[in-house]
Amino acid sequence: MPKVPAPPIPSALKAPPPRPGDANGKTGLAEGVKEGGISVVDWVDERTSLSGAARWLMFRKVPKGTNWFYTLGSATMFAFLSQAVTGVVLAMYYKPDPAGGAYESIRHVTNDVFLGQFVRGMHKWGSSVMVVLVFVHMARTFFFGAYKYPRELNWVIGVVLLILTMVMSFTGYLLPFDQRAYWATIVGVNINGTGPLIGPYLSDFLRGGGEFGATTLSRFYAIHMLVIPGLLAALIGAHLYLVAKLGTTAPPWVKAEEQQELREAEV
Amino acid sequence: MNLASILFDPVSDKHAKQKSKYTVDRMIPGAFEGETVTRRHFMTGTANVAGIVAAGAFVLPALGFAFGPVFKSTPHRWETVGTVDAFLEDNYLPVVITLTPGIGEAGKTTVYVRKRNPAIDTDPYDRSTRFIAVSDRCAHLGCPVRWVPAAERFICPCHGGVYDLLGRPVGGPPVRPLDRFYTRVVGEEVQVGPRYSVNSELRRFSPRDPGEPLDGVGQYLYPSRPTAQKP
Repeated sequence: MPKVPAPPIPSALKAPPPRPGDANGKTGLAEGVKEGGISVVDWVDERTSLSGAARWLMFRKVPKGTNWFYTLGSATMFAFLSQAVTGVVLAMYYKPDPAGGAYESIRHVTNDVFLGQFVRGMHKWGSSVMVVLVFVHMARTFFFGAYKYPRELNWVIGVVLLILTMVMSFTGYLLPFDQRAYWATIVGVNINGTGPLIGPYLSDFLRGGGEFGATTLSRFYAIHMLVIPGLLAALIGAHLYLVAKLGTTAPPWVKAEEQQELREAEV
Repeated sequence: MNLASILFDPVSDKHAKQKSKYTVDRMIPGAFEGETVTRRHFMTGTANVAGIVAAGAFVLPALGFAFGPVFKSTPHRWETVGTVDAFLEDNYLPVVITLTPGIGEAGKTTVYVRKRNPAIDTDPYDRSTRFIAVSDRCAHLGCPVRWVPAAERFICPCHGGVYDLLGRPVGGPPVRPLDRFYTRVVGEEVQVGPRYSVNSELRRFSPRDPGEPLDGVGQYLYPSRPTAQKP
């Protein structure tokens, strides 16, 4: 739609255009806040040159045909961030004590703490959401052929992220320490043990001994809240770096644009 | 360029062709023409080695700490479960013993105990088998089996494992008979001690985790572990 031309106003009556750093003598509150913000950002940027990196990461060209399927990776990342934040606050109440304290602390969070049931529910159901999103994101990548050259390494990192997500699910399942958690972990550890040669030692490592013992729960807790989240965050960083560096693929139904000159040259 | 040369000698390619201008040409004492390890290379290597040593100084103890329990054996415990007269020859009685003290219910397990019956027990008779103590830990994946006297079967609730009176699998996924515990008689009391595993001929092995067969190559594919040794 063509823009309607501005009505003819004598130049003397026109308001002068705003200039950065000079509000024509008047410094309102909004102007002051804006100026202050700009100078803080400038101060940081002058010393770090981060604005270039931010532009490189956020203002990328995306191919024609980019659609809602391309949000699945971000959705997975936000599921992870939600797990991280709710997990940190749940750790403020949780006690990895196998003699009854663990179950009691979970009961306390669920029944007594303000918003406890809600936040714990977010963490519990969010874990399933994250696993589902990982698989849907993976399927999108597979069916769009986005794992092909030069993005193979990103697929490999993604598979490691999938495995780490599974380890998170496995180690987190024990923490409520009810009957279901206990027996599911017994079965899960024994499934690990059926791997030939190294399986028995892997089981011993997971349990911290030959039987489910006094430190098994705290081992699972440490793996769940410290070891794996650190690895996950680092690898998500690498995953994102490669996405920004290599760009995204067009969906397979978008054909490359014909370059007329080349076709004529062929004929 | 291999990894070692990157770590210890990152400038060698660049400077290999030209004569040293940092040592001989500058009249640095001790320098000589044709030296292979210049001060620069030596310093680079030293800095990298120092970094590796510093990292190893905290990584190796941490790994040892985390993996230590894999190599530590747990002390054997003996627990009195009843008097000699309390147990029958043809039926199991469940008793609860503590495998891991200090963690409440999570450290306990059920053991099914009966008196040895020469008519059915074919495993060698010694002082450990005057009473038969069968673990309730399913040999499939470790769920607790229960003894059903009417059927004379141990039945697992998780995946349908079934065992006969001697604990040998007769149905479902279990790969070997139910584990047993050493027993001994002290005075008039029956005591239950450490666990052991058996193969399909009821031969004794050091305790294995569930899901690990002991027939054929099984005992080599699933070796004995330092945490669980025969007494």
